[in-house]
Amino acid sequence: MSEANLSMGHGAGGHGAAVMEERPFAVPSKKLVMWLFIISDACTFGAMLFAYGYVRNAAPDWPHHFESSSIINVAIMTFVLVTSSLTMLIGTRAAHAGDKSKALRFTFITVGLGLVFAALHLREWGSMIHEGVSLFQNPWGAPLFGATFFGVTGLHLAHVISGAIALTVVGLGYKRGRYNADDIEIWSLYWHFVDLVWMFVVPMVYLLNVAQ
Amino acid sequence: MSAEGSLKSDLMVYAGILAMAGVQIFLAYYRPGVIRMLLVAAIQAFFAVMFFMHLRDEKSTLRLALIPATLFVLVMMNMVWADSYRLIHLKPFAK
Repeated sequence: MSEANLSMGHGAGGHGAAVMEERPFAVPSKKLVMWLFIISDACTFGAMLFAYGYVRNAAPDWPHHFESSSIINVAIMTFVLVTSSLTMLIGTRAAHAGDKSKALRFTFITVGLGLVFAALHLREWGSMIHEGVSLFQNPWGAPLFGATFFGVTGLHLAHVISGAIALTVVGLGYKRGRYNADDIEIWSLYWHFVDLVWMFVVPMVYLLNVAQ
Repeated sequence: MSAEGSLKSDLMVYAGILAMAGVQIFLAYYRPGVIRMLLVAAIQAFFAVMFFMHLRDEKSTLRLALIPATLFVLVMMNMVWADSYRLIHLKPFAK
């Protein structure tokens, strides 16, 4: 804070002093709001995964049916999502460096990778539904497996799709000059968070239920 | 986020997170266990938050405002496990 600002703050009385007060977290308010959303969303996903674990523990016939083909599919999905985080990082760095075309290119590559992830996920859902898994029944055991599986992965998939839409909107706004590099960075936080959640969904939902 | 941040460090973190995902798949087949799996996931998450989300570059007050509160809520959720095991063994509630 400059000396001029400090003197204005003291001279303007209570209201002026509040206006000139330093931001306690030293981040733009939009970024702070995104962080607050992320921690609340982390608790939402935490509650979903704990509920999944609860039902899994309490079911005597929990299915361990994920074959190698499913695990390979999950590995590819993980690779795609983590790579999209890297492309988002490159795009954010380019935006801060003022390289608009590179920032846009990498933001839209990220969106494309997100859509590839969603397509792989929907294909997997399709094959499971075809095998007879639904929200309240499955052919391999505990009926609640379907509800918890589709609940956890569906919430994550909804985040991926909404993140892809948000990045597209922000990317197009950035191209037109409506949004700036800070907005790209703020939405990149959301995208990295979606990636982070997947790191917990994979072991809990897939890897602990591998067909041995 | 600093514009001069290094792509090299991003690539190293990216490779590390992918390697840990590989370790998880290895564990799933050869040493399955929920604690091991979640420990690896927590390390991945730490790197993602600190390096991808650049929380390490933020002011320490922001880290202190975000991390302990979130961890507290998530740790308190662990109280459900006793009840889930009670259900599978059909034990009555403790008197």
